[in-house]
Amino acid sequence: MTYKRQIDRLPIVPADAKEHNVTCHFCIVGCGYKAYTWDINRQGGTDPSQNKFKVDLAQQQGADSSAWYSPSMYNIVKQDGKDVHLVIMPDKNCVVNSGLGSVRGARMAETSYSEARSTQQQRLTHPMVWRYGAMSPTSWDDALDLVARVTCQIVKDQGEDGLFVSAFDHGGAGGGYENTWGTGKLYFGAMKVKNIRIHNRPAYNSEVHATRDMGIGELNNCYEDAELADTIVVVGANPLETQTNYFLNHWVPNLRGTSMDKKRAELPNEAHSPARIVIIDPRRTVTVNACEVEAGKERVMHLAINSGSDLALFNAWMTYIAEKGWVDKALIAASTNGFDKMVAANKTTLEQAAALTGLTVDQIRQSAEWIASPKEGNARRRTMFAYEKGLIWGNDNYRTNGALVNVALATGNIGRPGGGCVRLGGHQEGYSRPSDAHVGRPAAYVDKLLIEGKGGVHHIWGCDHYKTTLNAYQFKRTYKKRTDLVKEAMDSIPFGDRTALVNAIVEAIKKGGLFSVDVDIIPSQIGQASHVWLPAATSGEMNLTSMNGERRMRLVERYMDPPGQAMPDCLIAARIANNMERVFREIGMAQVADNFKGFDWKTEEDAFMDGYHAHEKGGEHVTYARLKAMGTNGFQEPATGFADGKIIGTKRLFADGKFGGKDGKATFMETQWRGLQAAGKQAEKDKFPFLINNGRANLIWQSAYLDQKNDFVMDAQPYPFIELNPADMAELGLKDGDLVEVYNDNGSTQAMAYPTPSAKRNQAFMLFAFPTGVQGNVVSAGVNEFVIPNYKQTWGNIRKIASAPENTRHLSFKSREYAV
Amino acid sequence: MKKCDLMVDLGRRRFLSGAGFAAAGAAATTIVSAPAQAKPAAALVEYPANKLGTVAELKVNEPKDVAYPDDDAPGVLIKLGKRVPGGVGPDGDIVGFSTVCPHKGYPLAFNSSDKTLNCPGHYSRFDCEAGGQQVWGQSTQNLPQYALRVEANGDIVAEGLDELLYGRLSNVL
Repeated sequence: MTYKRQIDRLPIVPADAKEHNVTCHFCIVGCGYKAYTWDINRQGGTDPSQNKFKVDLAQQQGADSSAWYSPSMYNIVKQDGKDVHLVIMPDKNCVVNSGLGSVRGARMAETSYSEARSTQQQRLTHPMVWRYGAMSPTSWDDALDLVARVTCQIVKDQGEDGLFVSAFDHGGAGGGYENTWGTGKLYFGAMKVKNIRIHNRPAYNSEVHATRDMGIGELNNCYEDAELADTIVVVGANPLETQTNYFLNHWVPNLRGTSMDKKRAELPNEAHSPARIVIIDPRRTVTVNACEVEAGKERVMHLAINSGSDLALFNAWMTYIAEKGWVDKALIAASTNGFDKMVAANKTTLEQAAALTGLTVDQIRQSAEWIASPKEGNARRRTMFAYEKGLIWGNDNYRTNGALVNVALATGNIGRPGGGCVRLGGHQEGYSRPSDAHVGRPAAYVDKLLIEGKGGVHHIWGCDHYKTTLNAYQFKRTYKKRTDLVKEAMDSIPFGDRTALVNAIVEAIKKGGLFSVDVDIIPSQIGQASHVWLPAATSGEMNLTSMNGERRMRLVERYMDPPGQAMPDCLIAARIANNMERVFREIGMAQVADNFKGFDWKTEEDAFMDGYHAHEKGGEHVTYARLKAMGTNGFQEPATGFADGKIIGTKRLFADGKFGGKDGKATFMETQWRGLQAAGKQAEKDKFPFLINNGRANLIWQSAYLDQKNDFVMDAQPYPFIELNPADMAELGLKDGDLVEVYNDNGSTQAMAYPTPSAKRNQAFMLFAFPTGVQGNVVSAGVNEFVIPNYKQTWGNIRKIASAPENTRHLSFKSREYAV
Repeated sequence: MKKCDLMVDLGRRRFLSGAGFAAAGAAATTIVSAPAQAKPAAALVEYPANKLGTVAELKVNEPKDVAYPDDDAPGVLIKLGKRVPGGVGPDGDIVGFSTVCPHKGYPLAFNSSDKTLNCPGHYSRFDCEAGGQQVWGQSTQNLPQYALRVEANGDIVAEGLDELLYGRLSNVL
């Protein structure tokens, strides 16, 4: 049976409940919420005077009510050691979401740690160490001492290159300016660690190197631009599912035509129509369907290209648009370099692109017209370009990114209302660290080095390679082998003999072992191999700052206690630094020890002031008190001043025609097509019948680290789905919900068959990064020249391994497309 | 739309709506400073038993508009033509659901071709053949389904719900 909570009423938020500003800690959009807390033995009433909303709750509330919350928005948590009621509900006054909550964010309360209601009991509540053959509780002092002793000894023996680090670099949960600064100051300040990688990729690199190299930061517009554009171009993204309320609250009004008044008011003296949209994606997504519902099929162009051929399409657009003269000549002359050279180098005819992409010449020509043909009165067409993982984790990342930015820049769409060329983003951002220049470019391919036996100590911060790396099958087997060597060594010594224990670990490392320290909020899958777990706090359990996809910075105010002894990551980093300083002194390396000064932070605010406030552009204008006063709307980075009690922000970047190049200009990029770029991909395509396309889905946040213990989610999604054309399913002998094995020369994994009539034959789509079936197992080690993984272009075989297990039999396998 | 003609037990419903009001009053007393005497309260809300239709009047795949547990809570009765979870009647195929989307309160529309209820607001859809399971959408609940009973004379009576209805913090106001 379908999961039901059997809840028929909820406690009412009393009029005097405490109110906290919250930004959703899941996706990049960063919807505004309010957290209300009140004493456990009290409740509000239905009379307007007795509840926070000042409305009569004895009446049915209408649609879009700001006085209703679902059971998933309610919980009982600890605040200052006492049980309190908690309601986290969307904030109607936040301009990002205007009161909308997604199926992810609207479960923030339910996915909080609660002793009273037994939610998220998986959370780590105290440090754990490998002792007597199992992970066992210990004190912070003991855990930190062990981490520091082993780490310092390996740095002494192997240098800082012997310390490998995997660390988040983003905002929201498991990130934020406080925590990226804390970890950054440790590894890039006190040390200069080179063998470091980011949470979702095997190296320390930008996913969007090309746009940055061109002088155009990747988050350059504002969400309102989606309401103002004449045309939206979206590449390799599925915003209804993965940037939900950005799409619903800012794209849909333009597709429906309900932002016309705003267009006329903000952009007078030019013709306006409801938006058209061009969607580049091999797969028909629910985004395509929603766009057709809102705008009508005639205003939606879904270009279902051959997987990985985006670059050829963009070069053909550029060639055609340049030939037609639909470029911004004044901007090109005043603010850019290399236009003519780029056009000559990238010349691609419509016919050539049609052959590579599988599109028709007419589709390519017409989409170019939608992008750039002048409007009535020869006005420049305003086109917003948005892209995400289909491009970023797709074939030839660097050149493809550059090719798309070429088109946006040439058509004058950077820094202008209704324009922008932006990544849509996954997490929020929150990057504040000392320089990473020492890492170099290309950066070290950390996962490959770990497989090759390099490094002695591995510090992991909120990452789970086992679920979110490429070549994961091989990675897991090697990582387990190396960490098991250290576990065996630890098992041979009484835990209480610290000197002998550290010596045994160091000896095991010399024999190819690896000492693994996992800082996380839950026991992750890679953590099963670790020797120390350090429990971290998450958003709302600490004060936390981040920015969203339009650079909107907000403060999440702490509204509950972290579980047990868990601490903010920035303070864990500081305590590791304190302990390493002590140990380096003890082993006679006083000069090295001195590098670890400056970590005397007591609170996350100390880390914020040391990091963002003191180091980031405009940071001097930003404090917790000022952010608190700015509520759930915050300001858009960078801050440029403070006046009348408000931080002054920046609505769009590059609005003055000054770009990020050293000469203040942007530079066009030569981006010739070179086929499937990553090593081995073409051979894999030739060998295996199915494209194993992959990506995220509406219901699941990231790697399901919280969702895996949420009944509502796991009832609906016990295994990762794999969408297959029904004819393919018939040939494979598959019924709805059957378990299949996906396999190729890289490895194998499992998924649950989901019949999908809109799927093309031999083109499967599998949920990415799910704990009960890891798609990365079948992704090859091939990367681009800057070590960006290529998850999307994966080919494999599929076979049935089991008929539908019990937990898939109650599931609906109907089309996900809204239809009336 | 008045549903009085559908009520099985008018007196009982009046009593229950009075009880709901009293519960709200009791809650109010907890937030004033005067000492209040503790009163026993039910752990569950008391649902009315309302007649929503008859087996004979339902045709396969033609939803009947109803309301439950009161006139402000629209819903449907549907005879699906196939035995399903929560289904009642001789064929085990009669189900009832709220038609207010549990995401943002928009009215759901029935798609007879695949037997789903669809929300025009944000595209959520719920499977009537799978206990109101959200096939795709932004609601953090599956669709509230009616607990139904069929009387000997073919009357279909609703007597409960399995999820919180949108727009109310108590299913019985």
